[in-house]
Amino acid sequence: MTKILPRKDVVIVGLGWTGAILAHELTEQGLDVLAIERGPWRDTATDFNIGYVQDELRYGIRRDLFLQPRVEAMTMRNNLSQTALPMRDYGSFLPGNGVGGAGVHWNGHTWRFWDSDFRIKSHLTERYGAAKFDGLQLQDWGVTGEEMEPFYDKFEYLAGISGKAGNIKGRIQEGGNPFEDSRARDYPLPPMQMSYAPSLFADAARKLGYHPFPTPSANLSKAYINPLGIAMGECTLCGFCERFGCANYSKASAQTTILPVLMKKKNFELRTDSEVLRIDLDGSGKMAKGVTYVDTSDEEYFQPADMVLLCAYGLHNVRLLLLSGIGKPYDPNSGEGAVGRNYCYQTNAGMQVFFDDKNFNPFIASGALGQTVDDFNGDAFDHGSVNFVGGAGINCIPTNGRPIAMRPVPPGTPRWGAKWKAATAQAYKSTMTYSSQGSSYPTQGNYLDLDPTYSDRFGRPLLRITFDFPDNDLKMSDYVSDRMEDIAKALGGRQYNGARRKKGWDSVPYQSTHNTGGAIMGTDPKTSVVNRYLQNWDVSNLFVIGASAFAHNAGKNPTGTVGALAFIAADAIRTKYLRNPGAPLVSA
Amino acid sequence: MMKKLSILIAFGALSISVNAALADSTDLADRVINGRYQAVLGDCAACHTKQDGQPFAGGEALQTPFGALVPPNITPDKETGIGNWNEADFIRMMKTGTGHDGIRLYPAMPYPAYSKMSDRDLSDMWAYLTTLQPVKNKVVANQLPFPLNIRLSMWGWNLLNFDPQPFVADEKQTAEWNRGAYLVQGPGHCATCHSPKSFLGADKDSQFLQGASLQGWYAPNITADPHIGIGSWSEDEIVTYLKTGSTDKTIASGPMAEAIAQSTSLMKEQDLKAIAVYLKSLSPGSTDKPTALKADDARMVAGAAIYHDTCSACHGQEGKGAMPLFPALAGNSLVQQPSPETLAHVVLAGSQAVYTPSKQTTPAMPSFAWRLNDQQVSDVLTYVRNSWGNAAAPVNASDVSDIRGSAQN
Repeated sequence: MTKILPRKDVVIVGLGWTGAILAHELTEQGLDVLAIERGPWRDTATDFNIGYVQDELRYGIRRDLFLQPRVEAMTMRNNLSQTALPMRDYGSFLPGNGVGGAGVHWNGHTWRFWDSDFRIKSHLTERYGAAKFDGLQLQDWGVTGEEMEPFYDKFEYLAGISGKAGNIKGRIQEGGNPFEDSRARDYPLPPMQMSYAPSLFADAARKLGYHPFPTPSANLSKAYINPLGIAMGECTLCGFCERFGCANYSKASAQTTILPVLMKKKNFELRTDSEVLRIDLDGSGKMAKGVTYVDTSDEEYFQPADMVLLCAYGLHNVRLLLLSGIGKPYDPNSGEGAVGRNYCYQTNAGMQVFFDDKNFNPFIASGALGQTVDDFNGDAFDHGSVNFVGGAGINCIPTNGRPIAMRPVPPGTPRWGAKWKAATAQAYKSTMTYSSQGSSYPTQGNYLDLDPTYSDRFGRPLLRITFDFPDNDLKMSDYVSDRMEDIAKALGGRQYNGARRKKGWDSVPYQSTHNTGGAIMGTDPKTSVVNRYLQNWDVSNLFVIGASAFAHNAGKNPTGTVGALAFIAADAIRTKYLRNPGAPLVSA
Repeated sequence: MMKKLSILIAFGALSISVNAALADSTDLADRVINGRYQAVLGDCAACHTKQDGQPFAGGEALQTPFGALVPPNITPDKETGIGNWNEADFIRMMKTGTGHDGIRLYPAMPYPAYSKMSDRDLSDMWAYLTTLQPVKNKVVANQLPFPLNIRLSMWGWNLLNFDPQPFVADEKQTAEWNRGAYLVQGPGHCATCHSPKSFLGADKDSQFLQGASLQGWYAPNITADPHIGIGSWSEDEIVTYLKTGSTDKTIASGPMAEAIAQSTSLMKEQDLKAIAVYLKSLSPGSTDKPTALKADDARMVAGAAIYHDTCSACHGQEGKGAMPLFPALAGNSLVQQPSPETLAHVVLAGSQAVYTPSKQTTPAMPSFAWRLNDQQVSDVLTYVRNSWGNAAAPVNASDVSDIRGSAQN
């Protein structure tokens, strides 16, 4: 028997970064907001406890803060000819779970995408002609970099991002990223104090004529009070960021930037340990009535609401749309349909440089303390002479020296025994690593849908990921790997060892949690799920917010753009939607 | 807030007009507003409202050294509240500790302090209480063991310990000082926690506000003592602390955090200033500063090792903290009180900063009870009490053991 609950103005599915931003903005507007979160409540002192948060076995290896496959698994395959199988454990990417979501355990790299990303199809067509990206399903996002700018700014000031602007009001700034688009003002905080390995990396890159700059970081260089009045601390460089919650209030997350204020509001309510099963539509199929969810007692509830905001992890947003029968599922054979379209990932490669005479003290680290070279990212360089589009940032960000997983050894070292011990002891302090984080461009065959065979504990089909690295992206990654070798040679270590990206996406080794697309934004309801305000084309009191809206993925971490899009949706709801609730903000 | 207030005024005016039909309604509104402020000054909600409960409908049990007392329902419900009282009953109770029908109150209700309040303020407070929503909630207030449960025994207690004296202004002092004295001695009832108690539970007036143990916490010395009191605090710091729950050095914890949330943060700025002026004038008693233990003392060596492992990430290598998140330990008077109860309590049970409108972050320290045994807690506290210019008596493992019991309740 489904229990029917009293109506709310807004119901939010998932209380991570986007849910918290939307909840804050809409409660400020006076709306009565309920957030429903599948996982548990999480709070800094109790859940990211300074007394044990640096337990690498518990959090880093056993992944205590993450979504477990027994709660929700996914199936994967590389192409349409294969039969997808369930991932028995999350490996390649690690979705979050609980309040704060994946924003709890990120490293903190906080980027802006470029104008050439938002207008990618138009931009590349103008510069090279459409034949240049034949075989890629590139689409413009429906917004411009200029329109995104104030919302990036809002997110960066909310989160206390530490960095150096490269272009303020069209003027290139010494020490920043010369390839970025114009911004209105600098970051709220200066860059973090640089550690040794990134400093050496930057020297070598400069020698080659590249333009290294401090990676914009959500690990704070200084104490900060954000625009909501919430205080954050200076990062202590403990080196436990990715896979861990921050015990020192010095990594931006919903917990450290929004929740202290949000949780005190009388017009906000949070229900944790409650899983939304579906969005319920009215008879017309054009309006959401609310959501149905289950709590830990297995009791089912119907929560009526005037608006539904899907703010779960991007992949979960897409699955909930498919499970709720909203929109036309994407068909990879015809290329028609919108939901599940343009699923993209990240095309990464790595480099290790082994030294004899260096001590990098790798344990003095932070998730986003490092240097980036953007000379080969996006369309920063002329692609006229190469046979691909896109690019990668080259990042020297030695995030940690954690004792279990941080065990670099040169190629040829035995996997165990006295020689391994000797090599690991020598290499631990004297190895520099850096990597390329490359763009991932959509193809007709990479997509998301519901698995025909496997289902979850409620009997609902699992999400199926069909993905492999497109040839374009592999060519791009190879090209950038060559540049990483150039830097390795300039660094002058004893030897270097590159790990190149190859065909055949494998869901086991960790690569990146930057899953994007599937509910993309755009200008045409036939090829996108939401309009430029993240409002669903089919159900106009539904907004779908997150990296699911990315029409492709750039060579950058997505969180900055996710945050900016959340502010765009909030602004559109506050200033446009509420004037005429239920009406589409863009006519199809 | 304004909206709430105006509803309150409307409601107040309505119900009082029944009682006092002749009174001018503007005057009544002023009285109710003042009465509501008196309830803030007196922090009535601290005891008479349960967490997340109906306002003033009865509170959580107070564990006194003599047994449990439950603060009663003081809403105007006729059966279970004070709906059958009249204003004279109320004022008599506040001034003498004798309630309706002659029932004698226990001094967990701080009537010895409230007896100093002016008739005008008490009358307004009554006017305010009559405007509250009546709530039916039966409270069994007296849960003391025999023979203390015999309320008549309070007659003897009052005879020995209670000599009701109205507040008398000191004409040699400024109006501001006198206002501060009135607030501290009267409605603010600071001595209830901060003055040492006799074995019968009465305030020791000779050691007024020089610090006292209370429910597993130590309410610190708040006289002008430069070392363990507020002598080194500026008036602005005191005002900021009472208004927001923290200063540039320290963050309130324990029962004071609750008093700040429900009472002092809602006080008028000029009243807080008056309190600061008055407190800074109070005689500290003996101000001899103890000599710090030597760094090579075995307890200090052990404590230093624990501190650098467990505490320094937030409180810093030199105990300077990192405000507004992490309090300084160096030079913090709370750290150097004669009793380590509050320190041990915070280490064992953790603590979260109070939420006030201007300090919304509410940073927290987790419990370390699972990680540090009594000896380790005593060593690390001995270390922070005797480092970086701090000096205080060393802490014994047995002290920590006692507090561990109460902190985990």
